[in-house]
Amino acid sequence: MTLAASPVEPLHRRLGVTDDELDAIRERLGGRDPNDLELAMFSVMWSEHCSYKSSRSLLRTLPTAGEDVVAGPGENAGVISIGDGLAVAFKIESHNHPSAVEPYQGAATGVGGILRDIFTMGARPIAVLDALRFGDPADARTRHLVDGVVRGVGGYGNCVGVPTVGGELVFDPSYGGNPLVNVMAVGLLEEPRLTLAAAPGPGNLVVLFGSTTGRDGIGGASVLASATFSDDDPSKRPSVQVGDPFAEKLLIEASLELIGAGLVEGLQDLGAGGITCATSETADRAGTGILVDLDAIPRREPDMAPFEVMISESQERMCAVIRPEHWDAVREVCERWGLPVAIIGRVTDDGDIAVTSAGRELARVPAPALTSDAIVHPRVASRPTHRRAAPAPGAPLDPSDRLPERGMDPGAVLLALLGSANLSSRREVFEQYDSTVGADTVVGPGRGAAVLRVKGTTKALVATTDGNQAVGVIDPWLGAAMSVAEATRNVAITGARPLGVTNCLNYGDPARPEAFWQLSEGVRGLGDACRALGVPVTGGNVSLYNESPGGAIAPTPEIGVVGLLDDVDRLVGPAFVADGDAIVLVGEVTPGLAGSAYAALAGVTVEDGLPALDLDRERAVQVFIRAAIERGLVASAQDVAGGGLAVAVAEGAIWGGYGATIRLAIANSPAVELFGESPSRIVVTCRSRFAPALTLLARQHGLPVEALGTIGGDRLTIELTGAGATGAAEERGSRVADALEVPVADLRHAWDHGLPRALGWRERA
Amino acid sequence: MAVRVGVVVFPGSNCDRDTVHALALAGAEPVELWHETASLEGAAAVVLPGGFAYGDYLRAGVIARFSPVMRSVAAFAADGGLVLGICNGFQVIAEAGLVPGALLRNRSLRFLGRDVSIAAERLDTPFTHALAAAGAPLRMPIAHGEGCYFGDDTALDALERDRGILFRYVDEHGRRAADDDREANPNGSLRAIAGVINAAGNVAGLMPHPERAAEAILGSDDGAGIIRSLVESAARAAAGERPVAVGAR
Repeated sequence: MTLAASPVEPLHRRLGVTDDELDAIRERLGGRDPNDLELAMFSVMWSEHCSYKSSRSLLRTLPTAGEDVVAGPGENAGVISIGDGLAVAFKIESHNHPSAVEPYQGAATGVGGILRDIFTMGARPIAVLDALRFGDPADARTRHLVDGVVRGVGGYGNCVGVPTVGGELVFDPSYGGNPLVNVMAVGLLEEPRLTLAAAPGPGNLVVLFGSTTGRDGIGGASVLASATFSDDDPSKRPSVQVGDPFAEKLLIEASLELIGAGLVEGLQDLGAGGITCATSETADRAGTGILVDLDAIPRREPDMAPFEVMISESQERMCAVIRPEHWDAVREVCERWGLPVAIIGRVTDDGDIAVTSAGRELARVPAPALTSDAIVHPRVASRPTHRRAAPAPGAPLDPSDRLPERGMDPGAVLLALLGSANLSSRREVFEQYDSTVGADTVVGPGRGAAVLRVKGTTKALVATTDGNQAVGVIDPWLGAAMSVAEATRNVAITGARPLGVTNCLNYGDPARPEAFWQLSEGVRGLGDACRALGVPVTGGNVSLYNESPGGAIAPTPEIGVVGLLDDVDRLVGPAFVADGDAIVLVGEVTPGLAGSAYAALAGVTVEDGLPALDLDRERAVQVFIRAAIERGLVASAQDVAGGGLAVAVAEGAIWGGYGATIRLAIANSPAVELFGESPSRIVVTCRSRFAPALTLLARQHGLPVEALGTIGGDRLTIELTGAGATGAAEERGSRVADALEVPVADLRHAWDHGLPRALGWRERA
Repeated sequence: MAVRVGVVVFPGSNCDRDTVHALALAGAEPVELWHETASLEGAAAVVLPGGFAYGDYLRAGVIARFSPVMRSVAAFAADGGLVLGICNGFQVIAEAGLVPGALLRNRSLRFLGRDVSIAAERLDTPFTHALAAAGAPLRMPIAHGEGCYFGDDTALDALERDRGILFRYVDEHGRRAADDDREANPNGSLRAIAGVINAAGNVAGLMPHPERAAEAILGSDDGAGIIRSLVESAARAAAGERPVAVGAR
């Protein structure tokens, strides 16, 4: 890439800066034109990725306050106090477009980037969760992407020594041309070590340490992350960053040692926008300026142009602001960890980011113009008029939820759901990750929320990610709100209290009114749910332009939640625990199969009949389950989500190694009762003598509660009773519908083998 | 007084803090030994923890053997000092020739992180004497890309004859795993070898992570017996006793 206008296009447009934006830049420079270097700096900083120019006004509406919140949005990661002088730092971030172009490096540097956001705050990273979304698993390109992304996540995370403890792997045709790679990291810090990304104190030194600066990742934020894919774009490959997990490991240790020794005044990692971003953001936060000495920046290749040095996104670099008297000590720490270190500038009081080389000033821009005073685009939101997709070939045209249930064999449906690409065991993937390094993993990947004990305390942190694109594509408000409900519920059913929400908002081109409407609705749903459930939003990331020639992705707000369990010995899991335990359903089903795994399996596009979400009910369910666990009433708890009640019960059976006998009164239809995914429901098991107390407690919380049956035997039996339970059996003259009866071994087999079969992975030798 | 046990820290070690934690739980006084320093700080035993010593871009453990600390560890081992290599530490001591054999890429050619069962072949060593019984399955995680134990038939026969096999992968009933039992012996180690001990009986290595399975809250404390054996043996060594080494015969 060179900085030159082409015969047909002026330079600013080549850099992704619109004519209006160029005018706005001139305004901020006192009317003068930016020179080429300044224009390059603006182009990365005013990219959607760095400036949030389309989403900022929406994000302001989110609830961010909470009594334990130590640092919220605007910092590198949210930080929440957990008592004992400790705090948890966490954030989720996307690396979608780099992963689409080069899946291994894209995913690897996604892990590296989010880890830096955590240790920049002074926290030691203790867990990674990766939420991955791809197209059709039978598609060759999907398989290539899955393989590369999974190896990339593992290759990086395994080496830096941070366990990968959870996440998601979801297939949906809308991600075919544009996979989603969202990575969440969690870290633990001693509160006094909290370090902010600011550059206070004119006269202080600006120090760059870590890897040298090269030509990789030039324009990563602007070219890659902030434009839609026109086609398989080989020209974008040089914009993908290349990761070195060994360097990151050294960077973690050196950074935490510098912070622990009190040697830094401010710390910022170098991600999107490179040195330009790190200097302008830290200066702007402190109300200072920074004078950058370009010649002092260690390079890995010769003849780099000034703009390349200033916007390179070379990985594994950190920028520290230090007092001059600490320089020798800082240098000693970095050199001991084998990291290049250099003074690349100093803090000034003029509020400008200035760049000099050989005594000549090459650029001078007010720091706020690059960051807090960047342009904000008013976007138009418009609800789509034609949102009904064509039905699948051969499917009934009637778009209600009257799915093919008459004469269906519910046992066969259950096995098909358990073995489906989205609901089957993810073991073949997560076994490629180190999930136990750190010796804190109490519950690793594969069984709901991850649980990590906090050494030296009785506490544990509980973390999960959830997203619901299948509902979101029909109703983006509901998709976002249900994602928050499910993620917090997954934390609550362990007995933990959700502390905060981080979110990765994956949407399409905001210049398209329909995509912007989806984003606005999604943010509204996120805010509504967080307010109702009393959890603050502590940070996140926006990924727009997720479109390819095949169309836009389903709107996907990926929700990460961290919760706190005060006494890890009280932890409750989803697996059935003992023969003879009672099985109880708390909450009640509402009609509607749209967006469900059952609808996808049936091949029917249902757009009417979305499940209803009552946020007050959701809150009551979560408060109830924590209270029940606190009182020691609960043996196991599993929320009803993908695949509905039948899958929730089957998972408890498979994971516990027990069968169960259940009688289900059918008020709606068998499909809705068995496989509907309406929220705010939990399958709770308990010693049979505790069942009355549990039932009473649920009623006291204003919740419907129904005794379902008993754990025991080696098969799962679900008898369907009631007026609605008339299917094939009724036609044969029976008054009771066919029971679902499947050996647990068969359930397990289906669940175990679904994913490798869907991806065409042969049994590996 | 707690016995001092050294934990070598290479820049890419990532199980050093876990190992320090497990040693402290077992009553030792862990001391970190920086890779550039030759001193072993008076440690009565040395553990080489897991990780990616120097990035392991070339081959696991191949650079680490040339570090200053490893020259001291080799001399310490030659003098009868107790040395335990875990995961990457096993790869390092195998590369350094302190224990026989080599660790190759896993059969699946993929990194593998999961629980396995291993069983001690012998209890008369400084690393296993506190275990309840030989052959009893011990549940603990593996997490490695290069853990397939390899030697030619002659070497493996000699290893069996000299009682150099310390741990084997076993199924849930404690039966030795077949080489191609993907479930019980996931990295495809020959003769299901999970850990070995040198002929002098003072240097051992294993691929699974006992330090990650040393507390019940982590799902298994089966690894604690290995850590405890080492700490007790170190205490005896510090008190002037020779290790319970049973050499080649």
